[in-house]
Amino acid sequence: MKHAGIVAWNTFREAVRDRVLYNLVFFALLMIAAAVLVGQISIGIEEVVIVSLGLTAISVIGLLMAVFIGVGLVYKEMDKRTLYALLAKPVHRWEFLLGKFGGLLLTLTVNTAAMAAGLFGAMLLVQPALKAADLCVLIAVYFILLKLAIVVALALLFSCFTTPLLAILFTTGLYVTGVFAQQIRGFGNITGSRTLDAVAVWFSYLLPNFENFNVIAAAAHRRAIPGALVLQNTAYAVIYCAIVLAAASVIFSRRNLK
Amino acid sequence: MTGPAIEIEGLTKDYPVGFWLAKKKRSLDNLTMQVERGEVFGFLGPNGAGKTTTLKLLVGLIFPTAGTARILGQPVSDVGMHREIGYLPEQPYFYDYLTAYEVLDYFARFHDLTAAERRARVEGLLKKVGLETAGKIQLRKYSKGMLQRVGLAQAIVHNPQVVILDEPMSGLDPVGRREVRDIILELKRDGRTVLFSTHILSDAEMLCDRVGVIAGGTLRGVGAPGEIVGLKAKGMEILFELAGGSGGAAIAAQATQTGNRYRIQVPEEELFGALEQLRGAGARILAVAQVKATLEDYFLELVGAEGAQGAAVEVSGR
Repeated sequence: MKHAGIVAWNTFREAVRDRVLYNLVFFALLMIAAAVLVGQISIGIEEVVIVSLGLTAISVIGLLMAVFIGVGLVYKEMDKRTLYALLAKPVHRWEFLLGKFGGLLLTLTVNTAAMAAGLFGAMLLVQPALKAADLCVLIAVYFILLKLAIVVALALLFSCFTTPLLAILFTTGLYVTGVFAQQIRGFGNITGSRTLDAVAVWFSYLLPNFENFNVIAAAAHRRAIPGALVLQNTAYAVIYCAIVLAAASVIFSRRNLK
Repeated sequence: MTGPAIEIEGLTKDYPVGFWLAKKKRSLDNLTMQVERGEVFGFLGPNGAGKTTTLKLLVGLIFPTAGTARILGQPVSDVGMHREIGYLPEQPYFYDYLTAYEVLDYFARFHDLTAAERRARVEGLLKKVGLETAGKIQLRKYSKGMLQRVGLAQAIVHNPQVVILDEPMSGLDPVGRREVRDIILELKRDGRTVLFSTHILSDAEMLCDRVGVIAGGTLRGVGAPGEIVGLKAKGMEILFELAGGSGGAAIAAQATQTGNRYRIQVPEEELFGALEQLRGAGARILAVAQVKATLEDYFLELVGAEGAQGAAVEVSGR
């Protein structure tokens, strides 16, 4: 685990030095512009619009980073052969994968935290002070982060055996399908076929269910988010990431580095 | 501990090729060899011979189709064994957003060295490989030769027992090559085992206790450079002067002329006949010397030899 930590820290350092966090400037500008403009175009729902816009921006920017950096995590190291010297050290391949995952997750956490701080700053521009009900905005940010963790794990899995372009297609495809996982579960009911119903249910369970992580609308309207959902989503993300990373580890541990 | 540093038995590597990856291409065929402890072993062969494949198999970057390999008695599949080995990949490339100091420190962290030990090792190595003043510059600004030096430094940052170097002289200028040679000799003095691949034969001749020649994935020969070079004379070389110009002897027509001096190489058994012929033509014999085979001759003979696809040619008794 210590070795995975060393790899993770270096992955984070790479993101910082490659100026990945510059996207925060874009987010800050978006938030300032939104806070200034929103008061003029929305009457009485400024907070709702700002929270919706802010959380959506955090989610989209995070997803772009998770997919586009995630698919290169392993492939880039193999392509540039930076991995060769590393794997000649007493480092297991699963430690390397865990480290890459942890490093990107750390990058996304810092990024998301900074964006969340920006969002709360923008909220303070349109409301006098933060309220207890605003906690649901923080929970929504946490759910976005859990969702990003699953996306990073998937991108890392595809990065182990295919090219970045295909990995982007696979990860994005799975994400979009995962957003509609619950609808897929109900697909069998529509057709009336018991076989199709069973297949659809099993398929929907295999897919990452991202629908439960989307509480942006609830947060924007300051509706309380149940504690059980927080626990359920946390457990789901941890278990799903563990399964995907284990699969990635099995694939990568058998891979010849030509 | 006793026993060889590196033991390779029947190591074979096939790569799937073709669109459906159904065909197999053999990169390494039944390689069996040993590298003794404290030995500098040169692995010679033309491009695509199987040198890099062998070294990658030893450090676990690829997996064998058949056969086994052990380093210091432990199977190469054991990642724990990597504590005792250092590896320089061919044309190394490192994280270019890091400085040389940071790269070495990063790799040293995997070897449970304390911060003080790491600092001392990294600073010492940067000095040793001639990067003392460039240690704080990001690697994206480094030349190929400088990267090679960083690669060598990271391979030995943890003071390993066995050092495996893939083309360590590649991309280096004469000064850099000299420095790498000195480092290899220093490792040998410290009792380390060094296995390196190269196609610069003069380096192998200068550094190696033994060399192995590989071509087409098959080991063609193993032996000490001294034994190989001393095995047979290529012929005799005669240096002479002709008093009355070059037309005095038919043999002079076959000689290489430098000023009024001539140099000719003849088979050993024809030496006396040639000398008599030259004396008869009034030539003044300046020197007669034996021409020994070089490692290059040996290399070209083995690599170019037809029908050498089978068993390895054993040159030395070891």
